[in-house]
Amino acid sequence: MTDTVAIDASADTRKWGKVLYVSTVVFLCAWVLVPIYFLLINTLSSPETVTSFPKPFWPEFDLASLTFFAGFDGMLSALKNSIIVAAMTMVMSIVIGAPAGYALSRFEFRGKGTFRLLILLTRAFPLPLLALPLAVLFIRTGLDDTAFGLALVHTTLAIPFSVLITFSLFSGIPIELEEAAWTLGCNRLTAFQKVVLPLILPGITASAIFAFVISWNEVFAAAVLTIENRTLTAFLLQNLNTSPLHLKFAGGFILVVPALIFIFAVRKYLFAMWGIANR
Amino acid sequence: MAEIQIKNVAKSFGAYQALNDINLTIADQEFMVLLGASGCGKSTLLRIIAGLETATSGEVWIGGRRIDHLSPKDRGIAMVFQNYAVFPHLTVFENIGFGLRMQKLPNDEVTRRVERVAGLMHIEMLLKRYSGELSGGQRQRVAVARALAMEPDVILMDEPLSNLDALLRMEMRAELKGVLAESKTTAIYVTHDQVEAMSMADRISVMHEGNIVQAASPIEVYRNPAAEFVASFIGNPPMNFLPANPQGGGKWSVAGQTWDGPATEKPLLQFAIRPEDMMQTEEGLTAIAKVVEPLGAHILVTCDVAGSQFRVILDSEMSVRPGQKLTLSPQPGRARWFDPETTLAVA
Repeated sequence: MTDTVAIDASADTRKWGKVLYVSTVVFLCAWVLVPIYFLLINTLSSPETVTSFPKPFWPEFDLASLTFFAGFDGMLSALKNSIIVAAMTMVMSIVIGAPAGYALSRFEFRGKGTFRLLILLTRAFPLPLLALPLAVLFIRTGLDDTAFGLALVHTTLAIPFSVLITFSLFSGIPIELEEAAWTLGCNRLTAFQKVVLPLILPGITASAIFAFVISWNEVFAAAVLTIENRTLTAFLLQNLNTSPLHLKFAGGFILVVPALIFIFAVRKYLFAMWGIANR
Repeated sequence: MAEIQIKNVAKSFGAYQALNDINLTIADQEFMVLLGASGCGKSTLLRIIAGLETATSGEVWIGGRRIDHLSPKDRGIAMVFQNYAVFPHLTVFENIGFGLRMQKLPNDEVTRRVERVAGLMHIEMLLKRYSGELSGGQRQRVAVARALAMEPDVILMDEPLSNLDALLRMEMRAELKGVLAESKTTAIYVTHDQVEAMSMADRISVMHEGNIVQAASPIEVYRNPAAEFVASFIGNPPMNFLPANPQGGGKWSVAGQTWDGPATEKPLLQFAIRPEDMMQTEEGLTAIAKVVEPLGAHILVTCDVAGSQFRVILDSEMSVRPGQKLTLSPQPGRARWFDPETTLAVA
């Protein structure tokens, strides 16, 4: 008899553990998904529905708000600026970050641990503190209000991630593969091209897309450092303040969706950054 | 001709001395095994020859050409790695042909050579596969084939069989030996497995703490260990040791028995004997059997002789029980003597 009681008790604990687990998962998903869902509903609804209550469960597929944005003056050039800056950020953060990741994973050098920590610490430095000196410096050097100048700032923001992601990618490739290539007639460069690069290309792409998203989402530096050549975030921030509610939703939607799609596409490699995916 | 000469090679990692002044000559087409426990410097030495590691000092010559300043690709070597290092993004065919493609050989020549070595290693049917679809043994075959396809002067192997299971290892051992003998390349083979070393080598270099303790044929290393370390490392179980006190005139007293030994003035020697080289006699060492392990053809008896552990291998016809008293004598000519000061063998 006592045996069955014990089994029941442990089964009970397990059941409650499972309930707790599932409800936590549901709660966290709701935390993220519900706002996005409202964003979607309101974007695709007519202005009247947006301000009304209760909301309809299904969107009306009223594209007025979005069409309005498409035709909005300056919108397209802001979009173009965003893409240019994000693309430059993407290229620069890989060109600078990947060699750093390679060095961290392949070479032993003094201060390696400190260096890794410092890379992360750059993220702890608040951008607003830097904004004023940066703005002054940019104006003096003529970098202000240029896509390149903003891309430089965004690259700084993206590099910690590109270094850590590529570090993890390179560490996932046994050094013996490179050594084998060296003994088979490669030098360091050709071994990299013929062996390492093909193996990490998907990961590098992911890391590049992540840098793209960081730049795409960044609003503070963009708002401070550009005036004429605003990126989409800075442009919307400036204009949505004074816009009606349904346009705010549409603007938010335009910003969120590309970022979400990109992040979803590269999710596997974001885990790699913390060293999970390769184990 | 690809004779390898290693001259005064030393390697230190910071304060740690991995190799001390290594001198070794490996003849053309010789199969040399570097044998030692992990951390003895055997892999470091191999990697220095390969050019994957730079020696702190010393020279490496292959075929009369000094090569220690050259990069790995210019040394005329090919290497087989412990974890195979088969490129996962290429087919088996392209893996084997990788080095040939780097030499920009024409397509038909690449195909011819890849197919030839694939045939040698019995992997013709795997040429279109990727390494993810291969078993450990198959990957190892690909790695060896890739090295052979280069038709190198020297083939270097770093514990190539240690990741395989026991049965496969035995099979590959024989096969590898045959293939290498046929290819007429000089081979250096690193292992910590003395059975592998014994069965494959033309010559074994036993390494210990960054030194080559003995470089000789397998039988020589087994029968005439040059130092106590070799005697206690080679053989399963290894040699037994007992202290020997001089009685004058080349006579030595070992655990109460007086036997003929080297005529030297040393105040103390170590008497050493292989477990299978003791036999039961009327008179001899008094040994108390502690543990008896039947091995099939033989029994391994762990005894106590004058307070030290002493192992003997006897015919399994003998019935020995724990606690039984045995009297043992060495077979003629099989006892070895070491100087405890230098740990070297004394003739």
